[in-house]
Amino acid sequence: MPQLRLKQFSPLILEPLDLVIDEGETVTLSGPSGSGKSQLLRAIADLDPHNGTAWIGDSAADEMPAPQWRHKVGYLPAESSWWEELVGVHFSQTPQLHALGLTETILHSSVAHISSGERQRLAVLRMLQQQPQILLLDEPTANLDPHHTLLVEEWILKYQQHHGAPILWVSHDPEQRQRVGVRHFEIRDKQVMQT
Amino acid sequence: MTLITLTPFDLALASSLVLLLALLSWRLQLGVERQLLIAAVRSAVQLILIGFVLKLLFAQSNAFFIGLLALLMLSVAGFEVMSRQQRRFTGLWGYGIGALSMFLSSFSVALITLWVILQPDPWYTPQYAIPLLGMLLGNTMTGIALSLDNLTRTAWDKRHQIEAQLLLGHDARQAIGSIRREALRSGLIPIINSMAAAGIVSLPGMMTGQILAGSPPLEAAKYQLLIMFLIASGTGLGSMAAIWSGSNRLFDERQRLRLDRLTK
Repeated sequence: MPQLRLKQFSPLILEPLDLVIDEGETVTLSGPSGSGKSQLLRAIADLDPHNGTAWIGDSAADEMPAPQWRHKVGYLPAESSWWEELVGVHFSQTPQLHALGLTETILHSSVAHISSGERQRLAVLRMLQQQPQILLLDEPTANLDPHHTLLVEEWILKYQQHHGAPILWVSHDPEQRQRVGVRHFEIRDKQVMQT
Repeated sequence: MTLITLTPFDLALASSLVLLLALLSWRLQLGVERQLLIAAVRSAVQLILIGFVLKLLFAQSNAFFIGLLALLMLSVAGFEVMSRQQRRFTGLWGYGIGALSMFLSSFSVALITLWVILQPDPWYTPQYAIPLLGMLLGNTMTGIALSLDNLTRTAWDKRHQIEAQLLLGHDARQAIGSIRREALRSGLIPIINSMAAAGIVSLPGMMTGQILAGSPPLEAAKYQLLIMFLIASGTGLGSMAAIWSGSNRLFDERQRLRLDRLTK
């Protein structure tokens, strides 16, 4: 059962945090910029040194090789990155482009020539393609118009329904937090607190 | 054919050309006259000094002093590699990676050459060992400095791309693979170019020197070839060692990209 568990977990700049996100549950996170939201997500994905332990179900992060852990974790950074020139090379199979309002032609485009909103939607598809067991989303709809924002929300929540993935969702938008989340957390003065 | 010995007067004549250049630079306000003169004086002092040192060394053929000079050359080259890094590794690594790679490649290639190819008696005969090591160090230094600089700079610039690959479950080796290959290439390009241009565009310095000193051109060409092959292999091995250890140092045991291990 994929449940995300953090015990005395801290990305060095935050106070230690105990948190359990259940199967299929969405928890939102907000806080001023620079408060450490991204650092928390990066630490859970084991991209930065941190204290404490994270579990998915019964498996702890430090009990498996880091690449295997990161494969289970779907972390979507605020800014997506692409290492090859063409969009399509980054996908192992053709993603469900239409669900997010994209078409197949974009796979043959150069990454430099598509809009930031298109890149962001493609990043969501790329992340979900690795079938992660938990999702850590850093403002996944920041560059999107209202229509595409709703498409992306729907698609992510549909994935959650199918796979039972716990979600930690960073959002600046109070309405979005109400739409997607059940429990809400905020970072204030290095503390992660429920609101 | 005998060697035409240069008198101090000959050198003074040649140096007057440099003085003339400095004068021109001053009149034309190019602003390089100071640097030019300092560099000229430095080269004069350093070369005369090393001339004396080598003269003593050649007369003694003392293994201990030869080893000492070799280590001194290596440690200076190590600092040179470090100072050419835009982003170097923190702590001892900044010096150690370059110096150790140079030590491994230059010394092993020099030893193989002395033991297997040239076989002077004794094998550390300074007339062979010191110039050989100097050539190797000077060139591997350039290659290693270029490779390491390229590796750390590119890793810094492309940190988001590297981490995006880590996030998809790729391991560190895959995530930095293309950057490593590019860094190695950049270290090897100078020696590849100079091998390709040798004899057509340029007469390499060592061959020119041997010809001036009275060696038959074909003998000089053979020595030049030997040196070039040695330099190419030494530079390649040294760059590989530096990139291997450098890219390992860029990641920790959890395969996180640790750019905090670099400093400006």
